[in-house]
Amino acid sequence: MSNKTITIDDIEVPFEEGQTIMDAALAAEIYIPHLCHKPGLSPHGSCKLCTVDVDGRAVSACTLPAAEGQRIDNNTPALNEVRKTITQMLFIEGNHLCPSCEKSGDCTLQAMAYHLGMLDGHFPQFYPQRELDASHPTLVLDRDRCILCELCVRASREYDGKDVFAISGRNTNRQLIVNSATGRLADSDIETDDMAAHICPVGAILIKDHGYEIPIGRRTFDLHSVAESDLGEIKLSNVRHHDE
Amino acid sequence: MSKLRVGTTSLAGCFGCHMSFLDMDERIVGLLEHIEFTRSPINDIKHCEPCDIGLIEGGLCNADNVHVLQEFRENCKILIAVGACAINGGVPAMRNHFTLKQCLEEAFIDGIGVDNPHIPNDVEIPLLLSKVHPIHEVVKVDYYLPGCPPPADAFVKILTDLLEGREPSLPNEMLHYD
Ligand code: SF4
Ligand code: SF4
Ligand code: FES
Repeated sequence: MSNKTITIDDIEVPFEEGQTIMDAALAAEIYIPHLCHKPGLSPHGSCKLCTVDVDGRAVSACTLPAAEGQRIDNNTPALNEVRKTITQMLFIEGNHLCPSCEKSGDCTLQAMAYHLGMLDGHFPQFYPQRELDASHPTLVLDRDRCILCELCVRASREYDGKDVFAISGRNTNRQLIVNSATGRLADSDIETDDMAAHICPVGAILIKDHGYEIPIGRRTFDLHSVAESDLGEIKLSNVRHHDE
Repeated sequence: MSKLRVGTTSLAGCFGCHMSFLDMDERIVGLLEHIEFTRSPINDIKHCEPCDIGLIEGGLCNADNVHVLQEFRENCKILIAVGACAINGGVPAMRNHFTLKQCLEEAFIDGIGVDNPHIPNDVEIPLLLSKVHPIHEVVKVDYYLPGCPPPADAFVKILTDLLEGREPSLPNEMLHYD
């Protein structure tokens, strides 16, 4: 056991050399909000939900290595307000009409919004027009709800040993693309059992025909807050196996 | 003490929020000791009068919605956006994927089982907006009651809070978008 420590909201937290602030926090069961981070995959640092204050500077907890003596503010009203604004932007930049989404109740973005007490999107809606890919026999890719977290990109590369997804384009034109001759999911290497098919935190990559097996109201985040679910009790719960 | 005056309306919504409001069952009797309805589909009064609280269900899909919303804003001290459609457009905003022309042609010309295909153009019919919008894009909204629909308990909570002079709030587990 290492005797190096950082301090998160006045709690002393031990860490090992090479761990990020997020790694140390998760090991100590301290919740730092995050959407694009999943233990086991390389950190990406894109969603900025994990923004914390380290000795007065705003940094991403999922990418910054823990270092002896860091004093970190995490669960403060000011940071949670910033996180809420980020979450509102994620909502209005896509088409997040939860009542018509089969991920509702199992969606980490939605659960984050609940956790942060988000009531509205605040900003004018973009209502972007994005392409839906329903070509695959068992999977559907609904880009309207993609938050560009790259979890599927990394899961495919680092875990499945494939390279099915990538992000292309800039600014508001950024979108998830599929690595196949036609650009369609049906012609890619993805298989239903791949981690990439199950890791999407939102309703952008869905398994067909299983969306309503668990009724709305009895789903993961109907019963648990995003904070507890990420603290080990029902870990990876939003990665639901298609035949479960 | 005089009663709080409450107006309600459904714009581009499905009346589900109003149904959910009525789901408070007999609790409405107690509530009516303290509130009275002005314009509302519940009493079928169709003109706006100055009131304390306006509950708006539904987003904006046509010119009449915008007109009614502005009238409510002018007449209500407190305006509450009720339900997913008022807050972000909701299910009606799914048409924003398509042009208005595509929507009208699908509904009135190319749709399955359409008889006598033509796009209705009676002057009485309010003109559709090219996109559906949430209400806070047009008027200032004071409070939000999310849900599709918000449960009856949420209506009771927000009205009780306002009646008792508290800043309205919802317990975390009552916050839902579905
Ligand atoms: S992906 Fe999540 S936030 Fe988006 S519509 Fe579906 S449930 Fe709502
Ligand atoms: S499809 Fe899902 S996992 Fe992939 S980038 Fe979009 S939101 Fe993230
Ligand atoms: S979790 Fe750190 S930036 Fe997304």
